[in-house]
Amino acid sequence: MILTVLGFLLLTLLVIVTGAIVRTANLFAAVVLLSLFSLLMAANFFLLDAADVALTEAAVGAGISTVLMLAALALTAETEKTASRLKWVAAGTVTALTLVLLYATLSIPRMGDPSAPVHQHVAPWYLQNTPHLIDIPNVVSAILASFRGYDTLGEVFVVFTAGIGVLFMLGMRRFPAGKRRIPPPQTLGLKHHLVPRTVGTFILPFIILFGLYVQFHGEHGPGGGFQAGAIMAAAFILYALLEGERRALDIVPPRVLMLLLASGAFLYGAVGVMCMLLGGNFLDYNVLAADPVAGQHLGIMLVELGVGVSVTGVLLSIYHAFAKREPA
Amino acid sequence: MTEVLGLYNYWVFAVVLALGLYTAAAAPNLVKKLMGLSIFQSAVFLLYITMDKVEGGTAPILRAGVGEQIYSNPLPQVLILTAIVVGISTLALGLAIVVRIKEEYGTIEEENIRDMDQS
Repeated sequence: MILTVLGFLLLTLLVIVTGAIVRTANLFAAVVLLSLFSLLMAANFFLLDAADVALTEAAVGAGISTVLMLAALALTAETEKTASRLKWVAAGTVTALTLVLLYATLSIPRMGDPSAPVHQHVAPWYLQNTPHLIDIPNVVSAILASFRGYDTLGEVFVVFTAGIGVLFMLGMRRFPAGKRRIPPPQTLGLKHHLVPRTVGTFILPFIILFGLYVQFHGEHGPGGGFQAGAIMAAAFILYALLEGERRALDIVPPRVLMLLLASGAFLYGAVGVMCMLLGGNFLDYNVLAADPVAGQHLGIMLVELGVGVSVTGVLLSIYHAFAKREPA
Repeated sequence: MTEVLGLYNYWVFAVVLALGLYTAAAAPNLVKKLMGLSIFQSAVFLLYITMDKVEGGTAPILRAGVGEQIYSNPLPQVLILTAIVVGISTLALGLAIVVRIKEEYGTIEEENIRDMDQS
């Protein structure tokens, strides 16, 4: 009961925050509110039993998305120039749509109803057969990496393609060597702020350790490649914020980023082809080892590693592409 | 009371979706439009994750020796988990386009860009 009330309060807060984002003309404030929005969303996901999703939303929505938005604002503008007037056609259409949606909710199953159609289809099959077909406790990881491995491969390639798109658009040029005496402010980082720097340096190793834990413990608890990739990217972005772009790119140079970006997606595809070479279907991990269940374990581990590496590479490359660009 | 609590998530979904869609359609600023799309997308995530909940259930991480434990539906979680990461990648692509527009046009306000295109 207490959880239901908590969920009710969190959702009400979510609506209020959304309203504030829509109304404010200060884009900087809107970005900070959007971060709060993601955090509330993650808390709601957690209450709704979606631990994996909550972890992803917290790392991606509240963490990386905020940093990217701020980097984009630094290159564009911090406030809306034209006052936003109420647009009647848009408002009318959206209100009509909302009324239709609200009317539709009256005839759908109540939240938590075990007899809802969504719980009658393939989901019970996954829950019943994961223990003896794949034998890992986290059913979400089992579906993600094995049962629906094709979908995930597709998603990894979408992420990969988006990363390449950003790099085409903004480029990943080297710093002009020796051309500039005084480095631009965004290359300095937070060196002159003592508290963020000390705290950041202190927690950085723990974030990386947690990222590795989430990566390699993803079959047994909440976690997996997507979450771990986001957390690892967040750790390196934090380092770049603290120590400046130049130091960060000395540690993980663009060459390495490109390699990460491509090799993760390649590893995923290669596991699929390997299965075919061993006589199975594409991404059918049973043939990877003598015992089908051991094959599944090996396949899922490699595929999740591919996802993690690729997501880290993409998110980090995207961040650097924004951060290195000088304001026009 | 239970009737209202059972539908409240869906109502929040509808309202947040509407606010996101309105911002994407009506905001004059391109970054604000992308924020609207992002909110719209999150509302859809909320819809899916609300559907996965089973009364009395827990996160779908199996534990041996617990007996008859109810688990929530893992399938919507898988869909949304990957969708979140795809969402940030496409948002970044959108932001990259906005940054390039700013460099070419000197503004990210929709009306100013339209005026410059017409003149």
